Amino acid sequence: MTLSPDAVTLWRVGSVAINATLAFTWLVMVLLTLGAWLVTRGLASQARPALPHTMVEMLVTFVLDQIRDVTEQDPEPYLPFVGTLFVFIAACNVLTIVPGFMPPTASLSTTAALALSVLVAVPAFGVARLGVVGYLQAYLRPTPWMLPFKLVSEASRTLALAVRLFGNIMSGTVIVAILVSIAPLLFPAVMQAFGLLIGVIQAYIFAILAIVYIASGTSVQAGGNRSGNGKGVNE
Amino acid sequence: MMEATWIAVASIVVAGVTMAVGSLAPALGQARALSQALQSIAQQPDEANTLTRTLFVGLAMVESTAIYCFVIALILIFANPFWGGAVGG
Repeated sequence: MTLSPDAVTLWRVGSVAINATLAFTWLVMVLLTLGAWLVTRGLASQARPALPHTMVEMLVTFVLDQIRDVTEQDPEPYLPFVGTLFVFIAACNVLTIVPGFMPPTASLSTTAALALSVLVAVPAFGVARLGVVGYLQAYLRPTPWMLPFKLVSEASRTLALAVRLFGNIMSGTVIVAILVSIAPLLFPAVMQAFGLLIGVIQAYIFAILAIVYIASGTSVQAGGNRSGNGKGVNE
Repeated sequence: MMEATWIAVASIVVAGVTMAVGSLAPALGQARALSQALQSIAQQPDEANTLTRTLFVGLAMVESTAIYCFVIALILIFANPFWGGAVGG
């Protein structure tokens, strides 16, 4: 039993080993790009858009609504980043039911990379909206004594983001592997169906937490401590 | 060989205890959060969207402690860092 798709080497080119994480990440990227290209190929304003078109519209609207609710700002600038996170993680997790597919999110390297991109995106969006000085001042509020705690919270919430997604998805695959070895008839299928639900919820949670962190990095606390939406959620 | 036996015993027992405690406490916390959220949704169905989203985020936070315990239990059983030293020499 392999704990991580990192340990599975699919093929080797010279000294470069292509492991399962890398290959399946590329596969998901190709599928998503191809799907997006197919759906938007004949894009025109018709009275009755095609079904795939409508479904993608629903997804985009859903993500936009969630971002607007959490940030209370114009959601457009955050849509590409957060939407991509959600779609990529959801696609990785849902494709688990395809036999032979090892979800890249079951590897700590993938989830750590995603969490690090959130870590970078928060100051990037914050600086873009508030300017360098405005963003850095938020670290000194309400008092400069809070600075170490804020830095620790940045680090720990990144770690939590990575380990949460990794742990959930990896535990799903491990439990299925254990069940296949002891009760191979029906239970693995049930657990895998349950894993689909967990996978989508984890993708949602990852995206929502990314928005919450971005929202807390981009909002100005004018004057007193107005307790806005999602602020104070730090881990 | 004695050393390796003790490491194995300690790892397995501690992994079990880790999972037991590490799932008990977050389960209690999550149950409390869930019951409060259900109560709030029953009282204010209009706010169900906000409540559900906050509930999910909160549950994820609480759950991460359980996940830490799970990862540590798995490391103890499948990737014990002390095992190689004791067996390999």
